[in-house]
Amino acid sequence: MASRSRDATDAAVERELLSAGDVARTVARMAHQVIEKTAVGADTEPPVLLGIPTRGAPLADRLADRISEFSGISVPHGSIDITLYRDDLRHRPTRPLERTRMPESGIDGKIVILVDDVLFSGRSIRAALDALRDQGRPKAVQLAVLVDRGHRELPIRADYVGKNVPTSRAEDISVLLTEVDGSDAVLLRAAREEDQA
Amino acid sequence: MRHLLAAEGLDRDTITELLDTADGLKQTLLGREVRKLPTLRGRTVITVFYENSTRTRVSFELAGKWMSADVINVSAGGSSVGKGESLRDTALTLTAAGADCVIIRHPASGAAQRLAHWLADSPVAVVNAGDGMHEHPTQALLDAATLREKLGSLDGRRIGIVGDVLHSRVARSNVHLLTCLGAEVTVVAPPTLLPQGIETWPVTVSHEIDAELPSLDAVMMLRVQAERMHGGFFPSAREYAIGYGLSEARAALLPEHAVILHPGPMLRGMEIASRVADAPNALVTDQVANGVHVRMAVLYHLLASEGAESA
Repeated sequence: MASRSRDATDAAVERELLSAGDVARTVARMAHQVIEKTAVGADTEPPVLLGIPTRGAPLADRLADRISEFSGISVPHGSIDITLYRDDLRHRPTRPLERTRMPESGIDGKIVILVDDVLFSGRSIRAALDALRDQGRPKAVQLAVLVDRGHRELPIRADYVGKNVPTSRAEDISVLLTEVDGSDAVLLRAAREEDQA
Repeated sequence: MRHLLAAEGLDRDTITELLDTADGLKQTLLGREVRKLPTLRGRTVITVFYENSTRTRVSFELAGKWMSADVINVSAGGSSVGKGESLRDTALTLTAAGADCVIIRHPASGAAQRLAHWLADSPVAVVNAGDGMHEHPTQALLDAATLREKLGSLDGRRIGIVGDVLHSRVARSNVHLLTCLGAEVTVVAPPTLLPQGIETWPVTVSHEIDAELPSLDAVMMLRVQAERMHGGFFPSAREYAIGYGLSEARAALLPEHAVILHPGPMLRGMEIASRVADAPNALVTDQVANGVHVRMAVLYHLLASEGAESA
């Protein structure tokens, strides 16, 4: 949920943290880490990758593709909408719902890896954990994020991090993905004072 | 959205947003063991029904409960309304008691509008669950959701609304909503059951059901509202059924892909033959199921966000 209206960039200073090539390499590295940590192989149950819309969803698809490519094991993947579980609904304009796609095999007894683009306050992940609980009972839940920018407001940490980026609260991280934005990149820009929840 | 009082005046974007939300909610709850979302926790929804209803009241109650709102039902019979309390005082009482949303059904056209006017200074949202012969917007939304589900986009689709158009708030709401979504609506009724001023509606008017059926994508049968009929609108029930009832022979005139809707409660043998009502292309139970999701969507758009206007 790190996207910002692009017109805010006019006056702001913008810096590219990851190029399109970097994004691809980072996702590939994370795929290797998942394979190692969850022991993806012929004789283990593969993890289930669930992306948090908007940009977590295509990231989960890409991660699943890389894992299948490297391990030869096909990994169930989908998306989980957290809108109805957010803790800031009252204080924001009404949000449209995003898509939830649960793999047919379900999540009961499986390792579920939540996938998101940016880890910031941790509140999205809290909402995702609640949403997950209503879908079933995974054996364990892990978290993969492309960028960890710090400033946690809840006791949540990621198991797989593409890139750690120490930021100030005034800065803004934008993850761009081809599926949503037409191109791949991670940008850092000095945003206005208003803060992300 | 502050209130939902009528389908008339809703713009296409708002309608589409509501239908998309309903769709999303349906997908979210599909196949779940626990149909409960935390979204409206701590919100209080009060339904006030001055007219009998099964599906609408149950549907609103489920919609609220599935989103974790506290739902209280007040019916005219068991409340202070029976002691002579006015609608305004009842509304102010419910607001003072802490309602965030009042859902009202009332035999007088315009009741919901009046209520919204009286509650203008409070943050309470008002939903019209049917006011006299005026409107029933959530019914039109659930009909549109059901049609969209089966037919895809409603642009250019031909939809017939047949029967007691005069007394039907369902017909009024549907005409506004469906035409707003791009459908071409034809109303079919005997002249006695058409309202004055029908020529100003954005519809085609017909008195011959058999001539219309072969070209329709969907036909919506209306209930004959005996409780609102004071006088002879047609000679007999039998004659009405012969002239305008959807018999098996008539249903066969519909194109193969066409679907049949009825807002319920159905009078089998009157406006719709029993076997037609149970046919696979009759979507009466789909309508009821979609009704809950549509009403969840309405409550979500009215109650989830506070202060900030919908973007």
